Amino acid sequence: MTGVLNLVALLLVAGAATAAVAQRDPARQALVLSVLGVLLAVLFTVLQAPDVGLSQLAVGAALTPLLIMLSVRKIRRRGRGRDGAR
Amino acid sequence: MSRRLRLWLLAVGGAGLAALLAAACLDLPGFGGRAHPYGTRAVRASLARHTANTVASVNFDQRAYDTLGEMSILFAAVLGCVVLLRQARDEHRERPRPAEVARPVRRYALLVVPVALVCGLYVIAHGQLSPGGGFQGGVVAATALHLLYLGADYRALERVRPLGTFETVDALSVCAYLVLGLAGVLAATAFLANTLLPYGTFDTLSSGGTVPLLNAAVGIEVASAVVVLLANFLDQAVEIEEGNGG
Repeated sequence: MTGVLNLVALLLVAGAATAAVAQRDPARQALVLSVLGVLLAVLFTVLQAPDVGLSQLAVGAALTPLLIMLSVRKIRRRGRGRDGAR
Repeated sequence: MSRRLRLWLLAVGGAGLAALLAAACLDLPGFGGRAHPYGTRAVRASLARHTANTVASVNFDQRAYDTLGEMSILFAAVLGCVVLLRQARDEHRERPRPAEVARPVRRYALLVVPVALVCGLYVIAHGQLSPGGGFQGGVVAATALHLLYLGADYRALERVRPLGTFETVDALSVCAYLVLGLAGVLAATAFLANTLLPYGTFDTLSSGGTVPLLNAAVGIEVASAVVVLLANFLDQAVEIEEGNGG
């Protein structure tokens, strides 16, 4: 039973990670990364490491995507400002 | 160094790493087995000091020195971000216009802010008892605060987080960790040794000697570090514009 659970969690993580790499738009990539973070947290919990799972949930699913989104927003805004000045 | 030489260096290094990793993997105990030599010893040591969560015992007692290093890494990283992302001479601040928020989003965010905040504080406070601890709870509490940005707007968020206070608290909590370690030296044992305080009753909030105190110091440090980090990113994304402005 736990073997099946491990396998399903692993496959989901592999799928989400591949999707994150395949996605080329950074803003969407951040969203996929967030899903990957949640799935990794599930995998760690299934593998009996709830402490690591919690860290992964907080950092991987919330903090990192948020930082990426903010950076993307800054860069896009800067590009727009330059175009306006021209 | 020529390109060819660099490639050779990379190949040799990669091959060495692969060989070492393969050799290490062959010696690993089987996946999901019953014998855990390190785990058994860690659990025994943590139970001897009345710490219910063995991971907290490893982090803040058996390997407290490592945690000091990790804490300093986070502190230095945030410090670097603050220096890099500060307002430069050729930039100016523009007050962000109040944004329109859809009513369901606003209602949901304002409902969840207190719940998420209490969750984070709970995870910090129960670090020595249940999964979680200062790091996890700190990140949860700090990100929970930013739901205000979703539910209201940037001005509301700025009002609830005086940045200077958070920066000071960040530095103070790193100092608190160091002082707790030095207290161990003064009490004639060793740096960060958990022999200072009584171990208390097993599975209560005050159990584990210095573990809950170090855990709380890390929790406060991580929470304020994440708030400062996100504040600098948000400032860049929302307020700071290129050019000297008018």
